Amino acid sequence: MDTVVCVKHVPETAEADIVIRGDERGIEEKDLTFDINEADNYAIEEALLWKEKFGGSITVITVGPEDANMTVRMCMAKGADKAIRLDDERFEGSDSYAIAKILHAALKDMEFDVVLTGIQASDDGHGQVGPILAQLLGIPHAAYVIETEIVEEGKLARVHRELEGGLHDVVEIELPAVLTIQTGINEPRYASILGIRKATKKEIALSGLDDLGLQEAEVGEAGSKTRLEKLFLPPVGERAQILEGSPQEVSAELIGLLKDKGVI
Amino acid sequence: MGDVFVLVEHRRGELREVTLEMLGKGRELAEQTGGSLKAVLLGHGVDAFAGELANQAREVLVIEDERLENFNSELYQKVLASLLTERKPTLTLIGHTACGMDLAPGLAAELNLPLATDCIGFEFEDGSLLAIREMYGGKLRAKVSFRESKQYMATVRQAAFPLKEIEPLRGQIVALDSPLAEEAKRKKFIEYVEAAVGDVDITQSEIIVAVGRGIKEQENLEIVEKLAGAVGGVLAGSRPVIDSGWLPPDRQVGQSGKTVKPKLYIAVGISGASQHLAGMKASDTIVAINKDPNAPIFNVATYGIVDDLFKVVPALTEQLSGS
Repeated sequence: MDTVVCVKHVPETAEADIVIRGDERGIEEKDLTFDINEADNYAIEEALLWKEKFGGSITVITVGPEDANMTVRMCMAKGADKAIRLDDERFEGSDSYAIAKILHAALKDMEFDVVLTGIQASDDGHGQVGPILAQLLGIPHAAYVIETEIVEEGKLARVHRELEGGLHDVVEIELPAVLTIQTGINEPRYASILGIRKATKKEIALSGLDDLGLQEAEVGEAGSKTRLEKLFLPPVGERAQILEGSPQEVSAELIGLLKDKGVI
Repeated sequence: MGDVFVLVEHRRGELREVTLEMLGKGRELAEQTGGSLKAVLLGHGVDAFAGELANQAREVLVIEDERLENFNSELYQKVLASLLTERKPTLTLIGHTACGMDLAPGLAAELNLPLATDCIGFEFEDGSLLAIREMYGGKLRAKVSFRESKQYMATVRQAAFPLKEIEPLRGQIVALDSPLAEEAKRKKFIEYVEAAVGDVDITQSEIIVAVGRGIKEQENLEIVEKLAGAVGGVLAGSRPVIDSGWLPPDRQVGQSGKTVKPKLYIAVGISGASQHLAGMKASDTIVAINKDPNAPIFNVATYGIVDDLFKVVPALTEQLSGS
């Protein structure tokens, strides 16, 4: 069973301060730490579980700058066999559609049973690349996958998709296919020290625009269908009443407020 | 500009609320484009909806086919590719849901249309459509433009456009032939599976203490458990806590978990991603404890404490236990 996993190297912003860049079309990245996109980490784990069960190989692929090697190497440290990084300054400004085209160019002549991606990236949250890639490859896809079962290797999978409110739908899908993986599907492992040491020596194949046989007009802003014009802070609505003071002081004030309201 | 189409989302005989939200917004947009608002209803035995939808759209285009009884993106894509090619609406709105997102990206790519996903607003600037969407877990918003095209597509966030009282439109119901010639080939709907029922139904609790990513380690959950005990509430969690297996899935608050409306909701170490807010923002009183002053949770909270939860939670627990 050969699996390709598309991963993205993203800034961790959940607990960090975000500063909008001068051109208002991106954020200042220098003080942020980067890591594998959370949902992609679950996708890698799913591929590792399949490899343990069925054998075969895992290829990890990313579109991103040299720094993304860190994320790719961590996937190799966990057990991915091959790695490809797609990078070219002309990719700059690519939207989901253009990113999917770049991935498609790299995957179209490869043999695989399944392509996995996370359901969406934690930074831009488009959720588009996986299903568009499937469309370009001419293979079926299932999005929001929260459980997988390979019914027949190379032929058929049965997957649960996570709908709203805790409901799943169960879908049978022909392979090869693209599955976009939801967080929580498994328990991602940590890489071993030995794995990490070995991964530092492994090769990451690098391809650019020309290697992929793409035209400049197919990628970057020219090849995109949407453009991020401007980032801005959300409007401040009815913000919470912020309680100030030491933990003891704010606790006492909060308890008083809740008692006055009759909630406790 | 021309028509605005809204894809009707329904499941097991019920209309999904996002459909009505999209029709409400679609009506405003159609007034701006000078086009007509049309609901597109694919399904089997869906006549009952058609009547309800006719109050909300100028036309309800109904494609009745037993193969469309349950959502299947392969079949939906076939039907919609044919319909959108023939009717050429300027804008097609689809819910940003597990079904909408299984459909829209592939459909837009097939038809070569620009697509913006998870939209929470739309604007016209010099006659051009712009979409507003969130990034970085709701900490920032982005204004997104579309490449010039005859048709555009967007997926719309659930609950982004609240329902308003509006005058019924008394639209026409138009039955169209199904363009499907055969069964789905590559993807088959099998069944629905319900969430497992646990020991506690958090939707019935008047006080909920919910914990998020800020708790960092499973062993730290204990301090929040103690707070829940002291305040007489039940313990719940946001997605990262459930994904990590620290709390069972039936304790998850948010779009893919439970929607709760307790008297008191205390959010501990929860930043407030939209999927979480969707599940709790209707609570009567919301207290947020988070060290990041820019966390979106403070936009829905009644009271906020911007500090280290590991200091505040024990202090609060102690005072509640003593009082």
